[in-house]
Amino acid sequence: MDGFIRAIIQGVPIGGVFALVAVGFVLTYKTSGVFNLAFGGQAFASAALYFKLHVIEEWPQWISLVLSVFVLAPLVGLILERVIFRHLRNASDLARLVVSIGMLVLIPAVMKEILDIATVVKHPVGILPDGLHPYQLFGRYPVSRDEISQVVFAVLAALLLAALFRFTALGLQMRAVVESARMTELAGIRSDRITAFSWALSSTFAGLAGVLIAPRYTTVNETYFFVLVVAGIAAAAIGGLTSLPRSLGGGFALGVTAILLRTYLPQDSIIANQIQPALPFIVLFCVVLFWKDRATVSDPLATVDPPPPSSASDDRGALLTWGTRGFWSVVLGLMAMHALVWGNEFRTTLYTQAVIYAIIFMSVTVFTGIAGEISLCQSSFAAIGAFATMQFADRFGVSVIGGAFIGAMIAALVGAALALPLMRLGGIWLALATLAFALLFESVIVNFDWVGGLVPLPKVPRPLLGTIDFENERTFFVLCVVALLLVAFVVVRVRNGTTGLFLTAMRGSETAIASIGVSRARLRVTAFALSAGIAGLGGGLLGMYSSTISYSSDFGPFIGLFWLVLVVNLSTRTVEGAMQAAAGFVLFPEYILKPLDLGGAYQYIFFGIGAITFARHPEGILEFQKRRSMNSIQRRIDRRSGRSSSSEMPSVDTPTMGTTS
Amino acid sequence: MNTLLQAVQVTKRFAGITALNEVSLDVAPGEFVGLIGPNGAGKTTLFNCLSGLTRFDSGSISFDGVDLSGVAVHQRARLGIARTFQRMELFTGMTVRQHLLVTDRAHSRSGAMWKDILTGSKARRDELQRVDELLDFLDLGADADRDVAALSLGRGRIVELARALMTQPKLLLLDEPSSGLDISETEVVIERLHEVNRERGVAILLVEHDVEMVRSLATRVFVLDFGTRIASGTTAEVFGDANVQRAYLGGVS
Ligand SMILES: Nc1ncnc2c1ncn2[C@@H]1O[C@H](COP(=O)(O)OP(=O)(O)OP(=O)(O)O)[C@@H](O)[C@H]1O
Ligand SMILES: [Mg+2]
Repeated sequence: MDGFIRAIIQGVPIGGVFALVAVGFVLTYKTSGVFNLAFGGQAFASAALYFKLHVIEEWPQWISLVLSVFVLAPLVGLILERVIFRHLRNASDLARLVVSIGMLVLIPAVMKEILDIATVVKHPVGILPDGLHPYQLFGRYPVSRDEISQVVFAVLAALLLAALFRFTALGLQMRAVVESARMTELAGIRSDRITAFSWALSSTFAGLAGVLIAPRYTTVNETYFFVLVVAGIAAAAIGGLTSLPRSLGGGFALGVTAILLRTYLPQDSIIANQIQPALPFIVLFCVVLFWKDRATVSDPLATVDPPPPSSASDDRGALLTWGTRGFWSVVLGLMAMHALVWGNEFRTTLYTQAVIYAIIFMSVTVFTGIAGEISLCQSSFAAIGAFATMQFADRFGVSVIGGAFIGAMIAALVGAALALPLMRLGGIWLALATLAFALLFESVIVNFDWVGGLVPLPKVPRPLLGTIDFENERTFFVLCVVALLLVAFVVVRVRNGTTGLFLTAMRGSETAIASIGVSRARLRVTAFALSAGIAGLGGGLLGMYSSTISYSSDFGPFIGLFWLVLVVNLSTRTVEGAMQAAAGFVLFPEYILKPLDLGGAYQYIFFGIGAITFARHPEGILEFQKRRSMNSIQRRIDRRSGRSSSSEMPSVDTPTMGTTS
Repeated sequence: MNTLLQAVQVTKRFAGITALNEVSLDVAPGEFVGLIGPNGAGKTTLFNCLSGLTRFDSGSISFDGVDLSGVAVHQRARLGIARTFQRMELFTGMTVRQHLLVTDRAHSRSGAMWKDILTGSKARRDELQRVDELLDFLDLGADADRDVAALSLGRGRIVELARALMTQPKLLLLDEPSSGLDISETEVVIERLHEVNRERGVAILLVEHDVEMVRSLATRVFVLDFGTRIASGTTAEVFGDANVQRAYLGGVS
């Protein structure tokens, strides 16, 4: 009994913070339909500013609090709404999700660049003086001031929100928008202003949660806040993602349950140790999984997704085709020379890295570009490949090339196993479930001995084929290029083959593809497994490349999000897109940012901004530009050769909508 | 009489309303059956139950001797049930030809990924020939390489019909195929449906508001009203029935 009460008293404060996040999240989701993952960035922004002002600059607590939570946070919310999401009203849910992921990458990078806090080693501090001061509740249960502040502010915020809803005209209008944004507009209320206000309000919630939770962490690091938000989403999911009171309850329940489980589960197992951080992800995964209605509920007024434009290369004549092929051969040849012949060994390894990432990114090409779905756990699949390669080499003496293939198989199997229960979901729900999986993988699965939990981690050897030793960086580079070509071949064949045709058809109409006898489940599982397998293979190569696998810096969930952002920036449809994204990931910081004397954060800033374009050009901005310039060149060729323009392209900016009546 | 499709006392409730109330219906192989009823009568809902898109609350449906409970949409399609949709479901972003090619591939079950990887799955001559035949059959040749998003409503319906035929079904469920078609298009469709039914022996269940079309094509007719079957019988019987005239046909005849 004692332990029970103790657990509740410990769980309530953290639950309060979850609840804050959950309520804020639901507020924007309901008023604007944006599934705002950038919330984590918003929480981080306020926490970081508070940290900077109070802890580093030693300003008084209340000024720091006001500036970070009540000035910066609403401002960030307003900017997000006004500048970005307002203009994406007609974009698909998925597109908005991707944009919000871009913002999640962007905001912390900008804040860190402005505040310059990345290298400060100081412990975050709460919003009350002497926050660790313990009180004894009922004479025996210790609670700190920080914990009290967490509960008090969560409850206070909830009460204020309730009062706002109940007693003010604005609150009433907000409630109406939450009920149905379209109805409200029809009733003549401008939902614009209300939406903007609720963004500011919810952002304040995020900021408050960020500042309140910070003292629990050792540093102010954006990944903590991201994880916090996922916990908040889990709490909101318990409440059906729509009900504010239930989200609040869900938050508290989640906090308390986590502590209870930690108290009562057998100690000293990975599960018991990790259950507290992992619980939100498990809950989120389960809620999404068992959510029966979601897949079938659809907004009758929702617009049909515009079809993906055919790839730019489909519409060009023979001359232009050979021209571009020639051009790319020269570019790639020059790059190979740059990598192998003209440079030192460092440059070769850099290129090797780019080639490996190109392989990994092709997993995004398959799942996002061809199947049209978003997976946020590609980094986990890559990690599975890397660890499998390591384990098979270490335990069973399997050659690493064999190990990498086994790793790819395992990743594909895990992908298939994951897709099976998720296959009736699509879009945002699939993205969410994969995100939960990635976080679960990080907090629990990685720690097992048979994955990545061995200390010290065994080294991954380089392959040895007959007399060729791939210890040599140049030969290893060639090996990776061969692997890249193989994967590219497979991806192109699948895209142009029956599977690609089926997947395109499924994007057009899920109902119809089933009605002609294609199993959607099998199709999704196939696509997901292929994508996971490719990521796994790339992960295996990355393991060999770096010899010691560093999970958190190479394969963490946050990295996985950034990969996605990168690829959607350039081109999801094509193999070149993946290669260009890899170049952006590896070579861009080295050859563009470094000479310009810009820090690595700028990579996140540039590509984070770039993600906005996804909503307008889901095929990727590079692909869009390519298509445009190619069309214009093609027209010029046609004109010169006196041919009438072969086929007038439909304008890319305004794709014709479906023909549904 | 042996039956191809047999629905027995199918009931489907949506929150509050009973869209289908113990509706029974049967179609014999090669038969042409009409299904009529005013708006909201439950015709589309019944189609959704038959093709597996909607689960119903009670009753049973069997097709070709197989009980369909627990049989998924795509499996029903493979058993030989094809359909068109009242609210069109085209593969936006694909051309008409691609629609038929995709369907042919689905029908021949040649969708394995390893085949794509090993062979490249280029369209084969016999596939293209089947596609072209069907394009000719329904006068779709001129639109073959156009994106379906660029087609008129009527042409879209014909593409749906073509796609359904491409699965070489035993039973064709048509949900208002003539709405949106102009007169000449309607004539072509009527003629073709007749041909499909007579010469290829495909059974057809036709939902249609165009009473003349039903009268000229169907040999038997079922009438739904508010989810209940209010009449059934041969076309002549049903259209002569006083109840039907009152409830549905009103002043038509
Ligand atoms: N998904 C659904 N949820 C709730 N009610 C539904 C749903 N689908 C259909 N209904 C209701 O069931 C009833 C039957 O609808 P249905 O579409 O089957 O009629 P119908 O005979 O096809 O009409 P129409 O001639 O207008 O196409 C209607 O009252 C409709 O509102
Ligand atoms: Mg209908």
